[in-house]
This record gives sequence, structure tokens and C-alpha cells, in this order.
Amino acid sequence: MSETMIENINLSKQEEEQREKPSLEDRPIVICARDIVKSFGERLILKGISVNVHHGEVLVVIGPSGCGKSTLLRCLNGLEPIDSGEIELDGELLTKPGTNWNLVRQKIGMVFQNYELFPHLNVMDNILLGPIKVQKRKKTEAKQKASAWLERVGLLDRADSYPRELSGGQKQRVAIVRALTMAPEVMLFDEVTASLDPEMVREVLDVMLSLASQGLTMVIVTHEMGFAKAVADKIIFMDEGHIVENAPPDVFFNNPETSRAKKFLNMFEFKGIKKV
Amino acid sequence: MDLDFAIKCIPLFWAAGKLTVTLAFFGIILSLVIGFICAVLQYYRIPFLKQLAGIYIELARNTPLMVQLFFLFFGLPRLGILIPGKTCAIIGLAFLGGAYMAEAFRGGFSAVGKTQLEAGLSLGLSRLQLLRYVIFPQALAVSLPVISASTIFLMKETSVFSIVALPDLMYLAKDLLKEGHSIESNLMLVISYLVIILPVSLFFAYLERRARFAGFGS
Amino acid sequence: MARLMEGLWITVWISMLSVGLSVLFGIPFGLLMAAKTRVVAKLMRIYLEFIRVMPILVMLFLFYYSLSRVFGINLSAYFVSVLVFTIWGAAEMADLVRASVTSLPAHQWESGRALGLSSLQVSLFIIVPQAIRRLLPGVINLTTRMIKTTPFVFFINIPDLMKVGQQIVEVAGMRNHLASVWVYGFIFFIYFIICYPISLFSRYLEGRWQ
Repeated sequence: MSETMIENINLSKQEEEQREKPSLEDRPIVICARDIVKSFGERLILKGISVNVHHGEVLVVIGPSGCGKSTLLRCLNGLEPIDSGEIELDGELLTKPGTNWNLVRQKIGMVFQNYELFPHLNVMDNILLGPIKVQKRKKTEAKQKASAWLERVGLLDRADSYPRELSGGQKQRVAIVRALTMAPEVMLFDEVTASLDPEMVREVLDVMLSLASQGLTMVIVTHEMGFAKAVADKIIFMDEGHIVENAPPDVFFNNPETSRAKKFLNMFEFKGIKKV
Repeated sequence: MDLDFAIKCIPLFWAAGKLTVTLAFFGIILSLVIGFICAVLQYYRIPFLKQLAGIYIELARNTPLMVQLFFLFFGLPRLGILIPGKTCAIIGLAFLGGAYMAEAFRGGFSAVGKTQLEAGLSLGLSRLQLLRYVIFPQALAVSLPVISASTIFLMKETSVFSIVALPDLMYLAKDLLKEGHSIESNLMLVISYLVIILPVSLFFAYLERRARFAGFGS
Repeated sequence: MARLMEGLWITVWISMLSVGLSVLFGIPFGLLMAAKTRVVAKLMRIYLEFIRVMPILVMLFLFYYSLSRVFGINLSAYFVSVLVFTIWGAAEMADLVRASVTSLPAHQWESGRALGLSSLQVSLFIIVPQAIRRLLPGVINLTTRMIKTTPFVFFINIPDLMKVGQQIVEVAGMRNHLASVWVYGFIFFIYFIICYPISLFSRYLEGRWQ
């Protein structure tokens, strides 16, 4: 994607924010998590996390490695069962016995750090597996949607390729399309650029920026601070299993309240050591 | 070297070879089915059945087929369970082979990463769909070399079937020995097994090459 | 019972001897295969491929009944069984050696040389210990397979566990209706008792060393 396009996206995003910012908190809540506690054996990973994701909101979760941000994401779609607390999707309680998680996961798309495309299926079949086998949609209809998405991320000509023939950035864009073609209400992104070569990070982030500008509800775990600043409606900073700060991006990045957040943000700054 | 005798024997070897192939075929197909079921039971950690499959696999893998056949053919009838020779041979081979195939599939299943399962789950696939569309195709490619080795192994093991009085290739060779044409009959025996097993071995080599070229290195 | 133990002794003795000889011959064979001298490697391939598809029982027949005839020498059944098992085992062993030698990455050599070790020192301190670690589970595995192959000597009239078992059943079967169940069940059990710990040990080594 060209630079001008990115600027356009940023611009339209700003416009949108200005127009709709006051109403963001009033919009319906898609995901509501209350007091989530999760431990692996003896180790307590999440120590009571509460967070709301509103419709059309982009929530970015940041924090040092091992702070529990990925675990939080995986709890939201039930990949990790939680010890206590409650999770609601569209006001419906999920953390009760008898929840059909297969149904829930159709509404919550997830993209992983290592793409996790199915290596034995080509790009199109990877994308169509969910819509056809799970949602029982018509093949022609699903294929049309998939092609449209592929075209949008610039990969329509790779529909017949196998994952091993794609670069990391291309694989990740396919993985995003695979989740989107299920038409989810909310998308979870788990450090989706962490495994990519630096020159491929941008192409994936651009796709996500364009989705954000379109008003898709997203929860993003990332280490890309510049991207977080640009895409987020709300930043959540986690450390040692707690939410330490919960603020709009400009507030968080310019005036972090806590020393822990300051320390974390400083890790991304370099001061010159050479005397000029 | 009595070539005439060898040629005269061809129809006999043909008939005996057909029996060997038939028994091997059914035994191996059954092995694959049993092996697959056991591997699935262990993979999904179905309580109780999982342990049962484990015990079966260890028992079958750590005893010779001949002993298993002796027990089936000579032991069980005394307990009132009468099994005809052919069935006995197929059951014996499947009992042994099921354990080997289970190990083959288990290796393949465990090669499919946990994260692949999570990717499938987050698309909303059920456990059965996950097995069918995500795990099995990938596992099969990984298991193929072991499945092929086990198949060859089982085909070779069929050579003991003559102890349950089946007129297979070995039985025929033993019979002809008595007539005193040991060189000719043994040569025919070697050729028969080459003709039966070599194509299977080559076929699997071809399959493995194809699976490798389709290389799943994601 | 005492006779069964005698049969067991023969079974164990034949398999141990065969495994020992297999290792002895298999290692140079495997190195030959890895050495990539084209003619030798081709010959070894044919040998291996033949062993891979030929039932051991057929080879026993071939050697016991035909070879002695061809060369006009009388071979004892024991000699033939150890010979055939060794021919088979050495082929399996050679393949293991080849796999473990060729799977050692080249940079192991290079990093050893980079540390200033001579090539003899590299082989001795770096290559051989790693190769042994890779080989040992395979050798132990071969041992259990050898033990499970020994009942084949039944066919050339060696009084191993199976043959003795059969003889006992023939005699006792007259008086005791369930003799065959007990005797064959017992033999089944003996094989399991021998092979199971060995395969557990092999798996333990594999888990620890790989």
C-alpha cells in the first residue's frame, strides 16, 4: 500500500474519531469481561481483569512479555478456560456450563502470531473451511466474499497458492482474511507482526488500519507502539496480571500516569550516546 | 537346477501367492482401522478406553506374531472358541498390525502443533471436524513413512501363516521340500515374495516422495 | 517348566549373539553407505532393499535347505539361524548408522575444527559420542525385534521356546484339556516380560537424548 493511502486512512480515521468520539462509550458493549482470574498451575497469570469492548472500538493491549496480554485474548474466545470471573458476548454470559464455544468462536475471529494457516490447504481452501464446514454457507457465496477480501489485501492472485509458497506477510494477510470471511463481530489479533521480517510488518499493519477505519471492532495485542498510537481508541497497559492503565492513546503515550508505564514506554526510546 | 520343475510349479505358487496377498490385504486394512481408532482414543485422552488401547498396544508390540497365532489357533479352541484358519490369520495380523499402525498415527497426530488446533477451534470447528479437516490430513503425511515400513513388515510377517495350516507360499515351499526340489522351490519362493512385496515397497516410496514434494513446511 | 527354560535359553542366546554380530558388521556397512563411494553404496542399497522386502523366514529356508545343497556343506540349524539373523540385523544396523552419521549437521564438524581440534579429536570427542546417542535407542529396539523374530527357528527344528511349548502341549494335551491355553499363554507372557522392559528402556533413552 502506498504512503498516500496510509495517510488517507489515518485522515479518515481522525475524522471519524472527531465525529464519533463522544458516542463511543455509549455504543453497545460487544465483549464484557469481569474479574477474570487465570492461572497455569501455581502461576497466577491474570489477577482479576475487567474490560469492556464497545461496538466499533479498537482496543490495544500492551505490556511487557509475560504480563498476560496474550492469555487475556485467548480467554476471551475460550481457548483458555478461566478460573473465575465472567465473560459476556453481546450481553450473553459465556462463562457458564453448556456454552457452545464453537458457536461463540464464529463470532470472534482470531489471528495468531505464527499465522497458523493449514499447510495442506491452499489459500482459498484455508479461507473457505470455516464458512463452508462450520457455517454451512453456499460455496459460491463464500467464495465471492473471500475473493473480495483477498482483493482488498492484494492477494487475489495467490488464491491457489499453498501457504509454504507465501511470505510471512502474505500468510498473515491470508490469516486475517480467513478470520474476516467468517463475518465475525469482533476480531482478536495476538501479536500478529511479532514473527514477521521488519519489511513485512507494514503490509499487515496497513490491512489492520484499514479495517479499523472501517469501524471493525478489534482487540489487538502488539509491540508496535507507533501503530498502537495510530489505531487505538483505547490503550490498556498490563503488567504482572493487572490492568495498570486504561486510557486513550494520546493520554497514555504523552502522559502515562504510573511509573511502570513510563518505564515500559522508555524501553522503546533511544537516547543518543555519541557527542556531536 | 531343474527349470522344468520350476515352471511346472508356477500355477501352484500363483494360487498360494493369491492366498498370501488376500490375507495380508485384509489384515493390513484391519490394522489401519484398529490403529487409527486407538490413536484417536489416545489423542483425545478418552478416559479408560485410552488406557485399554495403551495396554493392547504394548501387549501386541512386545510379543511375536507366531506366539499370538499359536494362542489363537491352538489355545482358544480348547476354551470353546473355534476360529477357522484364515480368520485366525487375519485376526492375528490385525492384532499385531493395529498396534504398529496406532504408533504410526500417534506420531503423526503429535506432529500437528497445538497452535494448529487452536486456529481450527477459533474458526468454530468442532472436535470431529478438527480431526477430519485439520489433524488427519497433516498427520497422514507425517505418518506415511512409518505406515509404509509397518505395511512391509506385516507383509513379511505373513510368512508364518503356514503354522495355522494355511496353504500359503511358505506352506507350499515346505511341501515341495519333501519332494526334494529344495533349490527350485526356494528360488520360486524368493521370487514370489519379491513379486508381491517389491511393488508395494515401490508404491509407498512413490507416495512418500509425493508427500514430501507437497512439503508441508508451513 | 525346566524344558521351557531350556528353550528360552536358546531363544535368548541366539538373539544376543545375532544382535552382537549385527552391530559388529552393521557399523562398517553403515559407514560404507555414508561414505558415498558410488559402486559400494549401490551394492549396499541392493543388499538393504533385498533384506527390506524379503521375509526372514524365507531366508531361513533358503539358507538352511538350499545353500547347504548348493555348496555341498552341511550347516547346522543354529549356525544358519544366527547367520540369517545377522544378515538381517546388520542391514538394519547399517541403515541406522547411515542415518545417524548423515543426520549430524556439518556445522558440528566445522565448529569443532574452529575450536582448533584435529579431525581425529573432532571424530572422537564430538562425532562419535553424538552418533552413539542417536544409535543406542535403535540398537536396543533392534534387540527386541530380534527376540520377536527368533520363533522363526521353530521352522528349522531348533528346540526354542515355541518348539518346546508345542512338544509339551502334544504330550500333556492328552491328559490336560487346557494345556495349550496355559502353555501358549505362558509363552506369550514370557516374551512380553522380556521385550516390554527393553522397549521401555529404549523409549526412555530416546526421550532423554533427543
